[in-house]
Amino acid sequence: MDQTKETPKPETKKHKLRNDLILIAALVVVLVLAGLAFWLLRGEGDSVIVEVNGNLYGTYSLAKDQTVEIRTGEGGTELNLLVIKDGKAFVESATCPGGDCTRHNPISREGESIVCLPHKVVITVKLVGGEGEKPIPDAVT
Amino acid sequence: MKKRTQKLALLGLFTAIAMVLAWVEVLLPPLFSAVPGIKLGLPNIVIIFVLYRMGVKEAAAVSLVRMVAVALLFGNPMTFAYSLAGGALSLAAMAILRRLDFFSIIGVSVAGGVLHNVGQILLAMFVLRTAKLGYYMIILAVTGTVAGIFIGLCGGLAVKRVKWS
Ligand SMILES: [Zn+2]
Repeated sequence: MDQTKETPKPETKKHKLRNDLILIAALVVVLVLAGLAFWLLRGEGDSVIVEVNGNLYGTYSLAKDQTVEIRTGEGGTELNLLVIKDGKAFVESATCPGGDCTRHNPISREGESIVCLPHKVVITVKLVGGEGEKPIPDAVT
Repeated sequence: MKKRTQKLALLGLFTAIAMVLAWVEVLLPPLFSAVPGIKLGLPNIVIIFVLYRMGVKEAAAVSLVRMVAVALLFGNPMTFAYSLAGGALSLAAMAILRRLDFFSIIGVSVAGGVLHNVGQILLAMFVLRTAKLGYYMIILAVTGTVAGIFIGLCGGLAVKRVKWS
C-alpha cells in the first residue's frame, strides 16, 4: 500500500495501448494463419460442376467413374474430354490450341478447378452432398 | 435486500438495451453482405459495460438472457447454438483478459469481437464442413478487429460516463 509512490502501477494507460496493439496483431496473424491452413487442408469434394461461358453445363459425381464430352463452340465442334476416375477429375484430351487444360493435375479437393481458356470451360470441384452452400446463420444478435 | 432488487432491475434494463441495440443493428445497412456474420456487434457494448462495472457473472447473465430471448422471438435452435458458441467464447476471453489487466478496454473488446466470430466458425466447422470457412475466418479476423475497436471505444466511454447511485 505505502509502496505506491515508489513503484508506480506497472500497466499504465500507455502501456496498455501498446499491449492492445500487440494483442490485436497476434490475433489477426493467428486467425489468418488458421484460415490459410484450413483452406490448404480442405477436404475432398464430391462432385465437379462444369461451366461454359459462365453458364452451368452439368454436374458430375466424383464417386462414379465416367467420361464426359464437353462440346462447345458453333455446332459443338470444340471438345474437352473430361474423365472422372478414382474420385479425381482431369481433362484427358481437348481440341483447344495449346491444350493447357489436359496437362493440369487431376483435381478432387473442394474449390480446385481446371480452366480451358480458349473454350471458356471451367471445371470446379464442389461439395454438393454436404451442406456446403448453406451460409453460416447470422447469430451475432 | 434492496441492493439485490436494484441490481436485478439494472440487469433487466441492460438486457433490454442489448436487445434494442441488436434490433438497431439489423436495421442498419449491411457493411459487407458478401460474407454472413459481419456485424458491428452493438450489443457487445452493453456486455462490456456490465463486465467492467458489475462483473463476469452479471455480464454472462445479461448475455445469456438476451440470446435466449432473441432465439425465442426470431430464431431457432440452430441460431441459438451459434449465438451461444460465439457469446461464450467471447465473454470468456474478455473476462480473462480483463482480469490480466494487461490491456485496455479496446484490446479486450477486439479480442471479444474476434473470438465471437471464431466461436461461430468453430461450430460451423463441425456442422458445415466446407472449405469456405477458411476464408471467412480471414475476413472475420479483420472485420472483427475494426468492429472491436469501435465497440471498445463506445464501451470505454460508457464505463467512464454512465453513473448510477
Ligand atoms: Zn483447353
